[in-house]
Amino acid sequence: MSPISRGFHRRHGEEAAEGRVPPGQYVTHDFPVLSAGPTPHTPLANWTFSIEGGDGAKSWTWQEFQALPAETVTVDIHCVTRWSKLDTTWMGVSLDVLFGAVSNDLPYALAFCDGGYTTNVPVADLTGGKAWVAYSYDGGPLAAEHGGPARLLVPHLYFWKSAKWVRGLRLRDTDEPGFWEMYGYNMYGDPWREQRYAGD
Amino acid sequence: MEPLEDRVLDGNAIGGMLLEVFGTEMTTATGACGSCGTVGQVAELAVYRPGLGTVVRCRHCDNVLMVFVQVSGVTCVDLRGLASLT
Amino acid sequence: MAGTAVRGRLTWLTATVGSIVDETAKVRTLSLEVPDWAGHRAGQHLDIRLTAEDGYQAERAYSIATAPGEPVAITVERLDDGEVSPYLTEELRPGDQIEVRGPVGGYFVWDPVDGGPLMLLAGGSGIVPLRAILRHRAREESPVPVRLLYSSRSWSEVIYRAELDQHAPGVAVIHTLTREQPAGWTGYARRVDQPMLAEVAWSAAQAPLAYVCGPTSFVETVAAGLVALGYSPGRVKTERFGATGS
Repeated sequence: MSPISRGFHRRHGEEAAEGRVPPGQYVTHDFPVLSAGPTPHTPLANWTFSIEGGDGAKSWTWQEFQALPAETVTVDIHCVTRWSKLDTTWMGVSLDVLFGAVSNDLPYALAFCDGGYTTNVPVADLTGGKAWVAYSYDGGPLAAEHGGPARLLVPHLYFWKSAKWVRGLRLRDTDEPGFWEMYGYNMYGDPWREQRYAGD
Repeated sequence: MEPLEDRVLDGNAIGGMLLEVFGTEMTTATGACGSCGTVGQVAELAVYRPGLGTVVRCRHCDNVLMVFVQVSGVTCVDLRGLASLT
Repeated sequence: MAGTAVRGRLTWLTATVGSIVDETAKVRTLSLEVPDWAGHRAGQHLDIRLTAEDGYQAERAYSIATAPGEPVAITVERLDDGEVSPYLTEELRPGDQIEVRGPVGGYFVWDPVDGGPLMLLAGGSGIVPLRAILRHRAREESPVPVRLLYSSRSWSEVIYRAELDQHAPGVAVIHTLTREQPAGWTGYARRVDQPMLAEVAWSAAQAPLAYVCGPTSFVETVAAGLVALGYSPGRVKTERFGATGS
């Protein structure tokens, strides 16, 4: 049994309205940058976003992507490292628009990114107005350290699922673990059921 | 928060965790990258700690050499990126 | 390595806080009484672990600020948005207990037998392990000559200032103050760069042994700068700290 360190407590956030903050989270006004590797810098001329697998593979260049209908959304985001940031504003293309351009009946997706990061999300959690490929944050272009030029935004799941530097989705018929999921993080990651680790 | 580049550390920072995982001093151990072959002491490898786990990369090619994730007192260790660790 | 010695270093020991010294407005040195402490080498660090009443635990690594043979002490810089450093620098009192593990590290260490001449380069709180090296050298009465280039934001933020001012024989201390300088300051007043290294560092021909410690950006710039001066990369040892105030 470790001795208690008198007066020590975990980081506190401010109080938030009831129901806004999932269990075990604290509210921050910062936007912490957490990375598992160096920030990629893919020139926009080389950037594409692809949906692969199934019947309709489709790829968009940056220009084509910018021409797609985009939405501005304000959402709360919740990191598994326990910080939550409320009312974050993003602009991007809904995955409904992107999936609308392919013919797909595969139920699972693996997001892949510059730098090699991957994360798995069921297609049902990417569609129905739940997810975007976001290229603007807080009114400006998405900074490279926060995943720019574009990142996945899936705010109803822990933020490790909102893959930075996203370049596409690989569609599959089984749910395969991505980078953190392989090491013990939850395959789904619902912050409201506190699904941080496998077995939660 | 400090500049992003200041958040990347080196193997010295994880000496205690490595001692716990391997049971011996590891910062002077030599690792060879399985991707580019670069050889270096663990103390000099690039260490990223995004809170979810620890990712150790080759300084030359950024290949992931080691990943450590600690959950409920158990450490998951992946050394697949290393060609050797001596 | 003997099994017992390894077990000892792997075990979390309960340390009691002894004396506390405020080095600067944001930096504090804590002496620790650690029963069964295995002893340490100059440049090593220890891990500390704090446990809150709800069971939450936080671990951090801190360089040991004292020489082998001296009581163990760590020097901690308070980070405004930190979780552990405000506790260690503001809340902890003599008699309080924290857990420690170590000593840790076999790379960033110096003993007199390693020779020199020694080139020590510190950015901010990177001075901590280098001060342990300086104290060890003094206690061992080593004749190895030392130059220390120490970068701080301002004179009031120089850690161990009085001790470093003591002009120990064979030790040359060169300060650079990057943000603010006292009236009449004639020393360096900028971040360490190649021309400064060329002026201050031992020449490569003397086969110096260099230890560079501080924020990553400082370490990267300085280590590359020394290699550009002809230092053998194998004789430039680096230790990158996370957030520091420098």
